[in-house]
Amino acid sequence: MPPSELAPERVIIVGAGPAGLACAATLLEVSEMHVILVDAGAGPGGQYWRQPPPTDDPQGVDPEALRGLHHDLGTFESLRARLDEGRAAGRATLLTEHHVWTVVPTAGGYVVHAVDRGAGPGRERTVEIGADRLVIATGAHDRALPFPGWDLPGVMTAGGLQALLKAGDVAAGRRVAVGGTGPFLLPVAAGLAARGASVVGVFEANSPVRWLRELGPVAANRGKLAEGAGYAATLVRHRVPVHVRTMIVEAHGVDRVEAVTVARVDGAGRPQRHGLRRLEVDAVGVGWGFSPQLDLPVTLGCALAPDTSGTAVVQVDDWQRTSRPGVSAAGEACGVGGAALAVAEGHLSAYGVVAGDAGSGPPAEVAGLRAVIARLRRFASAMQRAHPVPAGWAETLRPSTVVCRCEEVSAGVVQRAISERGATGARQVKQLTRAGMGWCQGRVCGYAVELLAGGGGAATERLVSTPVPLGVLAHPPSKSAM
Amino acid sequence: MSTVVVIGAGIVGAACAHDLARGGADVVVLDRGPVASGTTSRGEGNILVSDKGPGAELDLARLSRDAWLELGDELGRDPMELEEKGGVVVASSPEGLDALEGFARSQRAAGTTALDVDDLRSLEPHLAPGLAGGVLYPEDMQVQPVLAAAAMLEAAQRHGARFVPGADARGAVLDRTGRLTGVRTGTGEVIGADAVVNAAGTWGGEVGARLGGAVPVLPRRGFILVTEPLPLMVRHKVYSADYVSNVASSDAGLETSCVVEGTRGGTILIGASRERVGFDTTLDVNVISILARQATALFPFLAGVNLLRVYRGFRPYCPDHLPVIGPDPRVPGLFHACGHEGAGIGLAPGTARLITQHILGGDGVDVARYTELLPDRFIEQEA
Amino acid sequence: MPSFAFDGSPVPFRDGQTVGAALVAHGTVSWRTTRLEGRPRGLFCGIGICFDCLVTVDGVPNQRACLVRARDSSAVTTQEGTGYAAE
Repeated sequence: MPPSELAPERVIIVGAGPAGLACAATLLEVSEMHVILVDAGAGPGGQYWRQPPPTDDPQGVDPEALRGLHHDLGTFESLRARLDEGRAAGRATLLTEHHVWTVVPTAGGYVVHAVDRGAGPGRERTVEIGADRLVIATGAHDRALPFPGWDLPGVMTAGGLQALLKAGDVAAGRRVAVGGTGPFLLPVAAGLAARGASVVGVFEANSPVRWLRELGPVAANRGKLAEGAGYAATLVRHRVPVHVRTMIVEAHGVDRVEAVTVARVDGAGRPQRHGLRRLEVDAVGVGWGFSPQLDLPVTLGCALAPDTSGTAVVQVDDWQRTSRPGVSAAGEACGVGGAALAVAEGHLSAYGVVAGDAGSGPPAEVAGLRAVIARLRRFASAMQRAHPVPAGWAETLRPSTVVCRCEEVSAGVVQRAISERGATGARQVKQLTRAGMGWCQGRVCGYAVELLAGGGGAATERLVSTPVPLGVLAHPPSKSAM
Repeated sequence: MSTVVVIGAGIVGAACAHDLARGGADVVVLDRGPVASGTTSRGEGNILVSDKGPGAELDLARLSRDAWLELGDELGRDPMELEEKGGVVVASSPEGLDALEGFARSQRAAGTTALDVDDLRSLEPHLAPGLAGGVLYPEDMQVQPVLAAAAMLEAAQRHGARFVPGADARGAVLDRTGRLTGVRTGTGEVIGADAVVNAAGTWGGEVGARLGGAVPVLPRRGFILVTEPLPLMVRHKVYSADYVSNVASSDAGLETSCVVEGTRGGTILIGASRERVGFDTTLDVNVISILARQATALFPFLAGVNLLRVYRGFRPYCPDHLPVIGPDPRVPGLFHACGHEGAGIGLAPGTARLITQHILGGDGVDVARYTELLPDRFIEQEA
Repeated sequence: MPSFAFDGSPVPFRDGQTVGAALVAHGTVSWRTTRLEGRPRGLFCGIGICFDCLVTVDGVPNQRACLVRARDSSAVTTQEGTGYAAE
């Protein structure tokens, strides 16, 4: 049968953030495949390019007013335009408010099962979408570490502060402390300061001296330096102090956060008990880097490998293909490294999908992408080395400090499971204490519990990636009409 | 003093270790993983008499239930969430109810307390209306299996037992007469033993074979659905009487029945499926959907309740669906305590009593009542 | 400006905002209490993975306030514990 009479192959891309959008754009350009982009959010962009939803209301949240929060929005707009062209031509489908709850291999490919929340609370339905190829671009979420008072309303992750700004144009408070480690703290603080919040300080746990050990990758990525300098200039303009080797060790308040205590961190990563300072705040954002979202690759049995910080990520070859046939991955799931890396990996993954087992594409283009990816991965590794979680982070914990927020399991209970019952990893702690068994299924506490239990960072298996109403599950899912 | 090596630190191994150590044996527990890392951590924690017809398995279930209550007294009920919650078996149709009540009569004759229930919703207000009727089994209980196994293992250690996690039992050491004198682990170390207990659950066939006493234990996959945390909505363990009226699924090899129960943590557990798919870990969405459908039919409020988690386990089953418990005539010194299928949690302490009697002697248990469970039944076939 | 009802009182919002964003802009940072300790919770991760921000919308409990779009027809209510009335 002549190739033009064969139905085009279908590819599902899970995640419409930088990596997913780039993959879709390139697939539309270099193949005849039908591209189905599935995202849990209200629109494309993922976290890096999180946008408010479209509105007709002139007083509604206006993406134009929020441009300054974004880095490289031009790339987003161009990728989105290419996707929209594909959709108009009937070559692409964008499913928003669709949260994939599992993926199952079938004879010729994969079936993606998603919860469609588009109709609002209590009106969910499930959808089943089949495809020949799968691209996982599910991104990452903030890594959180417990500390006394972290469960007070008003204490959020750094990413949470950013999401409020980018999607809602809301500053989480009037006096905000931003802490943790890593380059991400700067745009969060800068965004808040530009919006008019008083950022009482950025508290970076590590020392900039660590960057001196990474001069090669840093110098090779002058764009990143320029970006950082931009944020720094904003912080200077708004008189936001940046304190290094300092961390937030406690949040105070009765029903909401009212103050934080910050402490110096010594060279061994241990918070000091003298010289503590107390600052009044009404909102806090803490970021300790990001954890890739690996539910789907783990369910599919894709091989994982530890990244520079020891966190498991999806292992991919130089076409962004995973160890499972027909499954590719791009973006944070392959290793946290920012939007530019995700975009490059997304483009490369498209070439890997198109050519099946061989992989192809214009050699110069592919080589160029690989060079960018290599350079940005080196930078990402350097950042991980320069911004480790302080070794003494757990010294802030009191026995009563809640560790599992969902099930309200305290540090004392977790520690007893480890020291008295021999639990050697988050999974065992979970079985003995319920930590990780609540609504979030260990996404928030899992990293900390694994560190406390001395585990090796094994990825958690979640056969169900998002809550699914049983009544909806009981009925056969709608087959995708495409 | 006898040295006994127990292979497997699941619920059965932990129970055996506890009884043997209490009885004066010098116990070493081996497991290639940590405590309760096999099927024990995948169970609902059932301690049932309700699903057992007269025979050796029911006798063992009764013995074991009494042993669970003693364990609760000795180690504390709360730390293992041991609850005498009772079980309600419901029949949706009059034919199903007839069959169920007939079965209950035979169970009563064997000493089980089984009470016919006309007004199901007085026991379980959230059950769907229109069910034909049911039977209440007050003797059914629930426990948290991982906590229980950990507690028993720790109690064994207090009696001097040693636990070696990460130790894989690779082979047997025999003396000239062919008697077992030790177990060789993956590191090459040999642990001397007067007796070895194969409590390796779903891997009992493999471990048995390594020791020269193969037993036909195979995996039977089951999924369990876990809901969001809820207020107390389901008071007993509730399940449908499908097994009595022998309703088989149209999908050959897949059997499902409806089991719903609440937990201390507020979540509701929904089961139960049985499939012979080897050790295939792939999620089967069709099975999940069937379990959801059955559960919402029985408890309509579940329709609006969210599924948060699915886990699966591999029940260890023997071809006749009875566990294999007792000395292996082919290898003196080897004892099997595995193949409990979906009843391992409930039958563990009873199994431990039997095993302890076999190894250390005494007269606490009438082992003659349990000859149906001996490994001989598989070996005769080979001869 | 449109508003939704929150425990009966109007909370203004800008179209496109989530319920959570509108509540925080309004100065309300918690809208539920936890099951065991009765502690107040509101937004934490802001992107739908922590499930701390659960709130009842139009009678449906356990909706993530950081994901649900604010609408002027919505009735949003604080919730306690599991989000369901105790038995």
